[in-house]
Amino acid sequence: MKNTVNDRPLRVVIAKAGLDGHDRGAKVIARALRDAGMEVVYTGLFQTPEQIVQTAIQEDADGIGLSILSGAHMTLFPLVVEQLRAQDAGDIVFFGGGTIPAEDAQQLRELGVREIFTPGAPLQDIIDFVRRECGKRRALVG
Amino acid sequence: MSLDNLKMTIERSGEPVERDGAAFDEQRRRWEQRSAKGRPRRGPGSGAVDRTISDVPLKRLYEPRDTADLDLPRDLAWPGEYPYTRGIHPNGYRDRLWTMRQFAGFGTAAQTNERYHFLLEHGQHGLSVAFDMPTLMGYDSDAPQSRGEVGKCGVAIDSLADMELLFDGIDMGEITTSMTINGPACIALAQYVAAAEKKGIPRAKLGGTIQADILKEYIAQKEWIFPPRPHMRIIVDMIDFCTREMPKWNTISISGYHIREAGSTAAQELAFTLADGFAYVEACMAAGMDIDSFAPRLSFFFNSHIDFFEEIAKFRAARRIYARHMRDKYGARNPRSWQLRFHTQTAGCSATAQQPENNIVRVAYEAMAAVLGGTQSLHTNSMDEVLALPSEKSVEIALRTQQVLAYETNVTNVVDPLGGSYYVEALTDELERQAESYFAQIAEYGGVIEAIEAGFFQREIAEASYRYQRSIETKDRIIVGVNAFVKDDDREGMELLKITEETERGQANAVRELRDRRDESLVPIALERLQSACADPSDNLMPHLIDCVNAYCTEGEIVEAMAQVYGRYTEAAVL
Amino acid sequence: MKSQASDAELLRDFDRGSQRALARAISRAESGRGGELVRALYPKTGRAMTIGLTGPPGVGKSTLASGLVRKARALRRSVGVVSVDPSSPFSHGALLGDRIRLNEHFTDERVFIRSMASRGHLGGLAGATGDAVLMMDAFGLDVVLIETVGVGQSEVAIAELAQTTLVALQPGSGDSIQVLKAGIMEIADVFVVNKADHPMANQLRREIRSMMEMLQWPGWVPELVTTQALAGDGIDDLWAAVERHVAYLNETGEIEQRRREAFIHQVRQLALGQLERRLDHALREDARDDVDPYEAADRILSSF
Repeated sequence: MKNTVNDRPLRVVIAKAGLDGHDRGAKVIARALRDAGMEVVYTGLFQTPEQIVQTAIQEDADGIGLSILSGAHMTLFPLVVEQLRAQDAGDIVFFGGGTIPAEDAQQLRELGVREIFTPGAPLQDIIDFVRRECGKRRALVG
Repeated sequence: MSLDNLKMTIERSGEPVERDGAAFDEQRRRWEQRSAKGRPRRGPGSGAVDRTISDVPLKRLYEPRDTADLDLPRDLAWPGEYPYTRGIHPNGYRDRLWTMRQFAGFGTAAQTNERYHFLLEHGQHGLSVAFDMPTLMGYDSDAPQSRGEVGKCGVAIDSLADMELLFDGIDMGEITTSMTINGPACIALAQYVAAAEKKGIPRAKLGGTIQADILKEYIAQKEWIFPPRPHMRIIVDMIDFCTREMPKWNTISISGYHIREAGSTAAQELAFTLADGFAYVEACMAAGMDIDSFAPRLSFFFNSHIDFFEEIAKFRAARRIYARHMRDKYGARNPRSWQLRFHTQTAGCSATAQQPENNIVRVAYEAMAAVLGGTQSLHTNSMDEVLALPSEKSVEIALRTQQVLAYETNVTNVVDPLGGSYYVEALTDELERQAESYFAQIAEYGGVIEAIEAGFFQREIAEASYRYQRSIETKDRIIVGVNAFVKDDDREGMELLKITEETERGQANAVRELRDRRDESLVPIALERLQSACADPSDNLMPHLIDCVNAYCTEGEIVEAMAQVYGRYTEAAVL
Repeated sequence: MKSQASDAELLRDFDRGSQRALARAISRAESGRGGELVRALYPKTGRAMTIGLTGPPGVGKSTLASGLVRKARALRRSVGVVSVDPSSPFSHGALLGDRIRLNEHFTDERVFIRSMASRGHLGGLAGATGDAVLMMDAFGLDVVLIETVGVGQSEVAIAELAQTTLVALQPGSGDSIQVLKAGIMEIADVFVVNKADHPMANQLRREIRSMMEMLQWPGWVPELVTTQALAGDGIDDLWAAVERHVAYLNETGEIEQRRREAFIHQVRQLALGQLERRLDHALREDARDDVDPYEAADRILSSF
């Protein structure tokens, strides 16, 4: 069993940006990550990129998972990337999900979003991704 | 009726023939022995063989004993008769088909207006307006909160000017329009009335509906603006106004669709939606309205998910529960007040991004369930909605799906063709039982608003949705193309509709120009009058809202004025 | 901060007012590696006003917390919030959602919010909560609010950690009555009856009063404040009650006693944490089951 005192669980911020209130996916992911042994900070709905990045910094999160289903992904994902860079927090693993066409997802990856999950992505894939990438970040930053 | 003395009465050429049940019992025993030897199916999907997608346990066979408690006059009666289990029309779809109503809206009012003309020319009966997120949340297109969202999920309507463009060249006195908007519904209704009256069509001639179901926003969809109590007052005002001045308008559409989309079970969708409906009924009665004056114009909106029989049972149970409560609990006397009329949309959450063409097939089954369940109108989803806004091609296929169902399959020839099915009747009873048990839990909280504040609904839904997702992860349930029968390059060849940045810039400029163009002196006066009406519960808000939109106040300005009186809602964390 | 910063680097950034450094320092404490940092920061502590806020689930604590933060900010004071939620006993993961109510303060650079998971520690408060409070204090935050859910031990722990303990209760809820009966009366400095518009609010107030009459109050007699946090009503009264309590502590010198209690609490937490670790270790090493459980426990304890 993990020693929960010395070996801190991974911490992930799950955020909803923009104006859409479809939080089923975000909540399912949040629960799945919790059940995988992580500490999940849920921001609630309608967060601005500034709020999300500030939260991740104060919570010392290893990763940010952002869910957008309103179609505003090409505006809001790049703003989060920009904020992370501006706050010297580029080490935080930034990933996302939503109704995002493949070509947009590709463009977002090029911009610095680590991974984009679309509807139907297996939870286990998301858990494995977070564990691997946030684990790397944790090993580096401590 | 006990097993030992089971008798069957069969009508044969008018003569009742008594038959001994012993032979039937013997047949049953033989079947039980033989079927018990059968090995349950193994492999993917086998974990879900004995339950519906909502986790209602199933038997391997339904037979006369499962409907033994059914009291025919009390529980089933006849189509068009209380409690309407078999439908609200005596002739089902034989006299009149359901209304094919495709939900559409994107980009600017002018772009959507073009799509409406296309749909009407292709045989659609009514219009259904999808608004974009800023409009739904009460922000103008140039507000900072709107960045990246304008025109994306629907059409951007900032002011009366946009509403006029949206219905340009369309006879608002002839068509019926459904508007899916909740938080600012009162504003959209005011704009609709004002736009029609500018064309010389009186409000009394307007037909259609506006969703205006705020309770399910707190429960599931999260498009709220004000806290629940003032929002309820706004809705009561709308219902009161429409009852007096818009006799052809269906006042609100109480919606389970979004509750289901948020991951609820069928029973939760059924129970929570009806509980919301009863809460509106109680609020109107508390405001002194006669139930029979407004109840006939309430309507409902359900989801049709992929579990075929469970959905049919849900629709039938909904009618029966509603009729019973309206007549016996609330004392409605007009039979029209007992009848639950509903619109149905196929389940967006059952569509997959993988192999999107498969969604055409899912939609067809879901549409058939809605029709066998007796829906009054239907929206069939387009196959590509899970990827983007629907393209013209996929919207056309969705509409054709309904037309094939209506004109080729012959399911409309017989009224309530599944009535009397042991399985469907037993499942209808079970869903009614589960709904009543939820009503009891809600009552323990003190009512719907109190249960919302305690996070009850939100927690129930979050748990159900997580359970469902887990069953897919473990492959207890199979979703074709997602966790079985997967193929690479599963999204190729789809032409997707894209909304450009220019739309947002154009719309934001348009609303700024409007503010420069309008008679600025009228705006503060209209808004101040509205604010005093907000503070005075005896003053109906609707006439003041119509004044505001006629003064070309923007939606964002009106919402802000109201929020200064009512405050804005924030949700308690329910995870 | 691309690679693991040394304690010295962290302290340097901390002194420059970097929120990231404060966040990292708290994480280090959560990993059980905050000893050096606390040692260095301890001399700078003792300035913050520390408020504990507790009560049964659903009472509207986060909304009250948000109201208090807003009030403190209106008074131009900087604020730290530590909000503690339970961990899952099975996966050790946690869902931390208390920030939602505080979201209007997310980008206020004079508000620092940290969610912590209880991680199964005794007393319900996260083991590192005390460290986090000290660190926020040393960081120069004027007010530190500690918010925790639960009924029972965690309230006692919060009372030991904070100068002023607020116990929030809501009308018409059986939980609130249970909380009163569970001996929470003794730890409250201020009772908050939230959701004052509820028809049973008066009844709850009467119940609290009558239960208070059954106890002896040698010094401070708990105040009873009514709020409707969603609408922002009563927050000013609540703040005034807190200030009266702080003034009382200062005038009577009881503040020193409170600090000492917080100190003892902290020491006990640290010692318990170490004991727990050593015990776990010993249990893994000495897995013999040929003696009775009492004998085995005695043997392990005598080896410490």
